[in-house]
Amino acid sequence: MPRQEREPVSQSKTDYSQQTMWMLAVRDNRDRTAFAALFDHFAPRLKGFIIRSGASAHQAEEIVQDVMLTIWRKASMFDPHRAQVSAWIYQIARNRQIDIARKENRPMPEELKEEPGMEPDASQILGLEQEAGQLKQALANLKPEQREIIEKAYLGELTHQEISAQTGLPLGTIKSRIRLGLERLRHELKDLKQ
Amino acid sequence: MSAINHHVPDAMLAAYAAGTLPHAFAVAVASHVSLCPKCRVALEAHQAVGGAVLEDTNAVAVSSSLKDSILAQLDNPFTPEPVFERNGIYPGPVMEAMQGRAPKWKKLGMGVRQDILSSDAHGSVRLLYIPSGQAVPDHSHNGLEMTLVLQGSFSDETGRFGVGDIEIADETLEHTPVADPGDACICLAATDARLRFSALMPRLLQPLFRI
Repeated sequence: MPRQEREPVSQSKTDYSQQTMWMLAVRDNRDRTAFAALFDHFAPRLKGFIIRSGASAHQAEEIVQDVMLTIWRKASMFDPHRAQVSAWIYQIARNRQIDIARKENRPMPEELKEEPGMEPDASQILGLEQEAGQLKQALANLKPEQREIIEKAYLGELTHQEISAQTGLPLGTIKSRIRLGLERLRHELKDLKQ
Repeated sequence: MSAINHHVPDAMLAAYAAGTLPHAFAVAVASHVSLCPKCRVALEAHQAVGGAVLEDTNAVAVSSSLKDSILAQLDNPFTPEPVFERNGIYPGPVMEAMQGRAPKWKKLGMGVRQDILSSDAHGSVRLLYIPSGQAVPDHSHNGLEMTLVLQGSFSDETGRFGVGDIEIADETLEHTPVADPGDACICLAATDARLRFSALMPRLLQPLFRI
């Protein structure tokens, strides 16, 4: 992997993951074929995910429909410098589930406003994708019981007290895998906030 | 803006990302994240883990008509949800909790004022206005209390809290926050239980003020 880091010249859009390409096509060109591809990839996973967090198969499909329509309608908010497609969709899915359960909108942080006319930075987008790959690998390498806890936490099955009480939960270790690209983002945000 | 020194603990950010924080705390966390790039980065890291979990979830086949049904709805008109922008010292999530209005202050005595934004069995969210040099009545907590500074600063037994800082206090903390000299201190206070004041008078007044 370190070998590849020194080849910035060849880094371009065409190296992006399939999912990122689909999402950018939806965002920038309102591309329905790309949207259908996103559906094929994510809808069954979303359905499984939502059923695991307690919904019936019928409810789950309704939420999948909501989530997919939100992806289409809010596509302009997708920023591949900051989020993987899966992370962005995860957040939308959790929001929909909570909004439906509580019948009120979940409080969300202010959106960051991107400078107009900012050129996409392919190396940052690829860096984030690479880290997301490492994150996935790190999850796969966990002991089954640890993995189970992580899944429970992010499926919304644990309270914050239960999450803090999980000694030996490699939350920090897992998360630190994606620190590199995010660290850079943090510097950019700092500049932005001045 | 001076640096933010008091942040949201990681487990709370994870719970916020997963949506399991009580609503009152979610308002406080979303407000802090709006002001704090460090916690925004940490939150986005949690969302990335959530994304990896989603990616890895066992797929369950969807009904054959779902895709066409969704594709047919893409052009349907829809009403975008209202976006609440920051207004002065109040971050977007606080503006949302106020439904876009200005604070409606109610006097609590000694120059302290409050505006209860929401209150139910699961907790409460309020704004507190504390004149400089003034103490918030001594109180302990039945549950957790999160206090986010929006203007000025306060100090208590555990340290100094300036704009953007968030204090997390549980039932073990008997503290007396005092607003520092300078601007009046305005805070967002979120609890998952009613506050319990230690002094006799305020406790008698509790039902009156819904503290």
